[in-house]
Amino acid sequence: MEASAAGDFDRRNSSWYVDKVVQALVFIGGISGILCILGIFVFISKEGFGFIANTIDIKEFFTSPNWRPTSEENPTYGALALIAGTASVTGLAMVVAVPFSLGAAIYIGEFARGKTREVLKVLVEMLAAIPSVVWGFIGLSIMNPVIIDLFDVPVGLNVLNAGVILGLMAAPIMTTIAEDALKAVPDHYREAAEAMGATRWQVTFRVVLPAAKNGLVAAVLLGVGRGFGETMAVLMASGHSINMPDSIFDSVRALTATIAAELGETAVGSDHYQALFTLGIFLFAITFVINLAADLVLRGIRKEA
Amino acid sequence: MVTDEGRTAVDGSTRDGAEVKLSVRDLSISYGDKTVLSGVSFDVEEHEIFGIIGPANSGKTSFLRALNRMDDFIPEMQVEGEVLFNGMEVRRWRNVYALRRRIGVVFPLPVGLPLSIYDNVALSPQLSGIKDKTVLDETVERCLRRAALWDEVKDRLDSLGSLLSGGQQQRLTIARALSQEPELLLLDEFSIAVDPVTTMRIEDVLKELKQEMTIILVTNLVQQARRLADRTAFFLSGELVEVAATEDLFTGQVQDARSRDYVEGRFG
Ligand SMILES: Nc1ncnc2c1ncn2[C@@H]1O[C@H](COP(=O)(O)OP(=O)(O)O)[C@@H](O)[C@H]1O
Ligand SMILES: [Mg+2]
Repeated sequence: MEASAAGDFDRRNSSWYVDKVVQALVFIGGISGILCILGIFVFISKEGFGFIANTIDIKEFFTSPNWRPTSEENPTYGALALIAGTASVTGLAMVVAVPFSLGAAIYIGEFARGKTREVLKVLVEMLAAIPSVVWGFIGLSIMNPVIIDLFDVPVGLNVLNAGVILGLMAAPIMTTIAEDALKAVPDHYREAAEAMGATRWQVTFRVVLPAAKNGLVAAVLLGVGRGFGETMAVLMASGHSINMPDSIFDSVRALTATIAAELGETAVGSDHYQALFTLGIFLFAITFVINLAADLVLRGIRKEA
Repeated sequence: MVTDEGRTAVDGSTRDGAEVKLSVRDLSISYGDKTVLSGVSFDVEEHEIFGIIGPANSGKTSFLRALNRMDDFIPEMQVEGEVLFNGMEVRRWRNVYALRRRIGVVFPLPVGLPLSIYDNVALSPQLSGIKDKTVLDETVERCLRRAALWDEVKDRLDSLGSLLSGGQQQRLTIARALSQEPELLLLDEFSIAVDPVTTMRIEDVLKELKQEMTIILVTNLVQQARRLADRTAFFLSGELVEVAATEDLFTGQVQDARSRDYVEGRFG
């Protein structure tokens, strides 16, 4: 009796093997994400770092607005105008997207009921699925003439156009994340506040928003990350000309759009090619930091809850 | 005072001369087509602690919800009959928020709002428009003292209320309810997540609060009703079995044998 019982503890039956196999699969699934990130990092670093170390003038890269990689006698690699382009478009995009997305999330999460709410949620998800080239197309063929007419400016492809397009593009995802943050606030908080005689607005502003603030900040940060990384729509709507913008009606060129437009025309390994990879490293670093910040903020919520 | 349907003062009707704070007339509550409370009528006097006892699912929480119109949030909950608060039917109050501000609620599980301890207590006065910092400071201290929590939290009023222990959070909830300066305080099984020592402290607080307000105490502990309540109602499966002076209920002078069985723990 005892011997066979001891044997039972030891036996590797089929469920033991299934368990091991599933563990291995899950491990591979988990680790492959990390390996991909590392792989991308190694790849862009390999192509760009030699250039950073040897050829490029870091000071010029960050302070000069002159991006002239194709110049025959004196190519210059100043990324400041591109950084300014990306930053101005993303900044304006957030001015558009933050009120839109937070407003939509608050309405869907706190005020809409029943059918209205379900329909709105589906609509937001559909908006989030619109491909960026379609947004770019809207910028090019609808926003462009509208801006020219409305503000009486010569070109409608500029910071304003790209910022609005990018803002509308980022808003649905930000709405979804912000609404998740509101949903994570337990109902008994709302009920307790309502029992005190708070109106719905008061409940939302005094109790729900403070409780969800980390999630809302994370939603905004992820929107910023999206803005920095977006390429196609910005390429089409921004005018794609190198400029230090001093008004929203100036055309600009974004970091991402520069890479997309120029990479195909460069010889592999050339200085220009490597310079584009340097832009890539810079973008990668920025989006990494933004996403990390969003993640840390979100983690903060979980610890508090 | 309002009713005298052949009952005497002994069997739980209101004493002559006492003001009636709350009158319930033929109150029925249902969720969809499921009736969970039917035909309940009684009066609650000013400055009494009115106990409600009864097994789980007998409709006690639903009853409390009907009093401050918390049924508005549950679409399928229907309330019929009358609830008169200060003689006025609660559904005829035009401003439901003003009604709710006069009625404090303490829930079974403590709900420290995710705000600072200070803001938890200052919230209600702020919502009703008070901005003066000294008035708010004074209110916060007074309510926390009356809820027997001040000494434990006075040095950390800025830390999150939701991080306090269960017993402390429940006292914070009581302080918050007091900050509304309610005329009627509803407590729903407040001691369910509170240790016995804290329960006793809160019970002492309630005995004092009775001077200033009317209290309806729903409790799962029959002995708690005996310790605190002046009169006690026994709810069973959606029916009001009886309302009696608490002492009568616990000394066997009951109208219905089921009440005696329940308070003596011979039930089920
Ligand atoms: N939101 C609801 N929807 C449907 N039924 C409910 C709801 N809330 C309570 N009930 C039902 O009403 C009955 C009484 O519940 P409740 O008032 O919570 O009783 P008690 O507080 O005495 O335990 C129970 O049978 C419960 O299942
Ligand atoms: Mg209950």
